[in-house]
Amino acid sequence: MWIYEKKLEYPVRVLQPDIRMAKYLMAQYGGPDSELSAAVRYLTQRYTMPTNRTKGLLTDIGTEELAHWEIVGTMIYRLLKGVPPEQLRGTDLGGYFTQHDNAVYPADASGVPWTAAYIQATGDPVTDLHEDMAAEQKARTTYEHLIRLTDDPGVKDTLKFLREREVVHFQRFGEALNEVQEELAKKKVF
Amino acid sequence: MDPYQIQMLREIQQLEFVAIELTLYLDTHPDELEPLQDYNRTTERLNQLKMQYERLYGPLAAYGVSTSKAPWQWAEQPWPWDINY
Repeated sequence: MWIYEKKLEYPVRVLQPDIRMAKYLMAQYGGPDSELSAAVRYLTQRYTMPTNRTKGLLTDIGTEELAHWEIVGTMIYRLLKGVPPEQLRGTDLGGYFTQHDNAVYPADASGVPWTAAYIQATGDPVTDLHEDMAAEQKARTTYEHLIRLTDDPGVKDTLKFLREREVVHFQRFGEALNEVQEELAKKKVF
Repeated sequence: MDPYQIQMLREIQQLEFVAIELTLYLDTHPDELEPLQDYNRTTERLNQLKMQYERLYGPLAAYGVSTSKAPWQWAEQPWPWDINY
């Protein structure tokens, strides 16, 4: 069960519409290392985790990722708000407008729609947790690229918050991996 | 939204962030007492602040978490993506 709270985890401030930045931000909304991929990945992998702690951690980080997905979606929505089609066309979002108008559709920065092929759930907790740690690093790198692509202090501020969360999640997944490996070592009979 | 509502919302976000961060920390450090006490204290303050906010501005959650005055208030306040901070 999930309960929705009518607020963002972190505020989104956008100075003015910025079509290009909206397009770049799609990377973290519907791209391979996006917040959507993160949420679906963790909430899928948790079922087959061997310890209760790790099930809890994946549930909680997966839930926070949904809140981040909402933050990125809000940024894109605000950056595209009120932008007329002729301007979208001028900055290669014309194809996007054709299919989605100003809606916030989960595709990546090049328009490729989100797919479950971006994530894995192998049933092997060591493998899955390694994937999760890699995913957090990939998302951190993407946020660093995005921060360099904007001058808007509000957008930068929110992106820095999201970047920081990737670092914390990476740390927690590392701790979970240690716990799982200790647990598996105890059970191993050769 | 009036400035006081935005300010309260920011305070809720800040306290909730502390609670989120402590939740993840406690998930992998369940035996540590100090962060646990911080978590409980933060959660109490957060719940008080949310109740105060909801009395003034309406529910932050539906689904049986918060009550509503009549008529149904859930959709009255702006949605998160329409708020100007």
